[in-house]
Amino acid sequence: MFKLWSTILKDIRILTRDKLGLIFMFVMPIVLAVVITAVQNSTFEMLNTNTVPMLLCNRDTGDAGKQLENAISKAGMFRIQAVAAGETDDAISNRMHAKDAVIAIIIPSDFTNKVKDKSNEIAVKALKNFGMQADSTKTGNSIIQPITMLYHPVLQETFRHSIQGALRSALQVVQNKEVLKSLYFNLNEKQMPDSLEKELIGSQVAINEIPVSRSGSRNIPNASQHNVPAWTVFAMFFIVISLGGSVVREKLNGSFVRLKTLPTNYLVSVLSKQLTYLFVTVMQAAVVFSLGIWLFPSMGLPRLDLPDVAGVIVVTLICGWCAVSYAIMIGVFSKTQEQSNGIGAVSIVLMAAVGGLLVPSFAMPQSFQFVMKLSPLHWCLEAYYGLFLEGGKLKDVALNILPLLGITLVIQLITLYGLKRKNLI
Amino acid sequence: MSHAAVRIVNLAFTYPRQTTACFSGLNLEVQPGERFGLFGPNGAGKTTLMNCMTGLLNYQQGNVQLLGHEIAHHKKSVNGLFGFVPQDFSFYQELSPAENLSFFGAWAGLHKREIKNKTTELLEVLGLTDVRNKKVQEFSGGMKRRVNLAIGVIHDPQILFLDEPTVGVDVHSRHAIINYLKKLNGNGTTLIYTSHQLSEAEELCNKVALIDDGKIIAHDTLQQLMLDHKEDGLEGLFINLTGKSFRDS
Repeated sequence: MFKLWSTILKDIRILTRDKLGLIFMFVMPIVLAVVITAVQNSTFEMLNTNTVPMLLCNRDTGDAGKQLENAISKAGMFRIQAVAAGETDDAISNRMHAKDAVIAIIIPSDFTNKVKDKSNEIAVKALKNFGMQADSTKTGNSIIQPITMLYHPVLQETFRHSIQGALRSALQVVQNKEVLKSLYFNLNEKQMPDSLEKELIGSQVAINEIPVSRSGSRNIPNASQHNVPAWTVFAMFFIVISLGGSVVREKLNGSFVRLKTLPTNYLVSVLSKQLTYLFVTVMQAAVVFSLGIWLFPSMGLPRLDLPDVAGVIVVTLICGWCAVSYAIMIGVFSKTQEQSNGIGAVSIVLMAAVGGLLVPSFAMPQSFQFVMKLSPLHWCLEAYYGLFLEGGKLKDVALNILPLLGITLVIQLITLYGLKRKNLI
Repeated sequence: MSHAAVRIVNLAFTYPRQTTACFSGLNLEVQPGERFGLFGPNGAGKTTLMNCMTGLLNYQQGNVQLLGHEIAHHKKSVNGLFGFVPQDFSFYQELSPAENLSFFGAWAGLHKREIKNKTTELLEVLGLTDVRNKKVQEFSGGMKRRVNLAIGVIHDPQILFLDEPTVGVDVHSRHAIINYLKKLNGNGTTLIYTSHQLSEAEELCNKVALIDDGKIIAHDTLQQLMLDHKEDGLEGLFINLTGKSFRDS
């Protein structure tokens, strides 16, 4: 026990004297968590709270154009800036380049007439199908000129699709209204009363959004709940730079030769490194989580809600142990510090990418699903998400912890094999 | 029955992925209390032989016994019997001499109080008391050599292997190291020493072996070898027995 304690003391001394390494280990997760959360939070806010700046040029003078304008503004998603009908497409584009807006909608001049013609055409066809007489003098093959949507190239595809969805919905309301009016007029030969129009158009079935959480809470997960655990896991595994390098340095700087001639097994040193650096990973998590809870709100970021504390402690310990085991394995098999740093850093970024840190795991192609399950970062992330996003307890994330423990044991066995093969134990 | 400090019988060793053997059928015996010098040109096999004797390399044939224990079979238990001062600085540069001694003392199996007493004694004898808490990376080459030696002897080993312990140090540090080694030997520690500093070796060693091309070509007291080969110093004897050609390949 005294040998182990002396070795831990030695490792702590060496670690605390490497000021740059320590800064890297603690500042990196903080910067990552703050920056990514802030970026994602502003995207969330842009979608949910803030509105998208839009230029709206209505060249139509009829009802349908006005109705479409109203429907777009009622969507609540856009901050509309009206543009004079006489303004050209080029002028509108120039205003977008000047960053006045990221999107512009141009309603064509004969929009109302075309919508009405088309609606009448549909109404007549419908009545004929029912075996009824209708005024078919106006029927033909009306084609509505499309609405033009100009967008800034910085607008992401997913975001563009959601804007398009909102526009389609507004357009649908206008078209449906006109079809109903035409049907009513053909049947009754008089205009549809306003009260009926409101009833028919406004009776859309509501959508009730409920986040599915294990705790039964209906809180909507925010950007902090997503990013803080994810980037903490990333930083934990990035300890490979410090720890892998420390193992290689010990092998190369001669102290290792002396350790081999002393009556103590090198496994004591391996155990000491595991305990020392496990403590570091736990501290990393504690620091970043604390910032999420107490500092984020004062920075205008959403507060991190800590779920089941026992679950967070256990998951953090196991994630930390896996990260430390991986770093030692890289150190044991690397011949130089450059090798350890290079292989370590690249492999962590790759494992983060396939593990769902950079791209959500559900969006991963089918062919990557198996590879994803081999990444320890995936299981760390799943376990944390089970707690932070789904509000689960320790028992709820047991199925994520078990594969993580399995991967950790495999890494430990590979490390032992490496130590044995290199005559280090 | 007293055992030889080191007994090497029919030793054969070849490095992995090499076809030429470093040693084949090598025999050597060092008696307890000797100040034994192992000399030879570059690449003769001195460091390899020392690494076989300390268990750092696993030999393929023969056996190496330290005080009657075969090192291949009792590696960890034999490790407590000897100390090793490698040619390279074998300690943690980020730590102070006291911290290094505390750590390596624990690994050598000493208790806390023993470590404390030995640390004070060694730092005093080797002139490191004033810098006991400074990081070793700030030290001069001579001071680092003395730290290297102190760590190798913290557990009072019965046999001390020294691989060029004074390379690159000034006269004062060399003097301190040689005097301390003589003192250790006076207390019963067997010294097994390699160096290219032949004048220093003449001062320190009472028994020498010359190794060349993996073979022991001479082994006796220094006086007897000089008498046999009609030389008046170790350098002349060295040239006489190993020739003048370079051995860099």
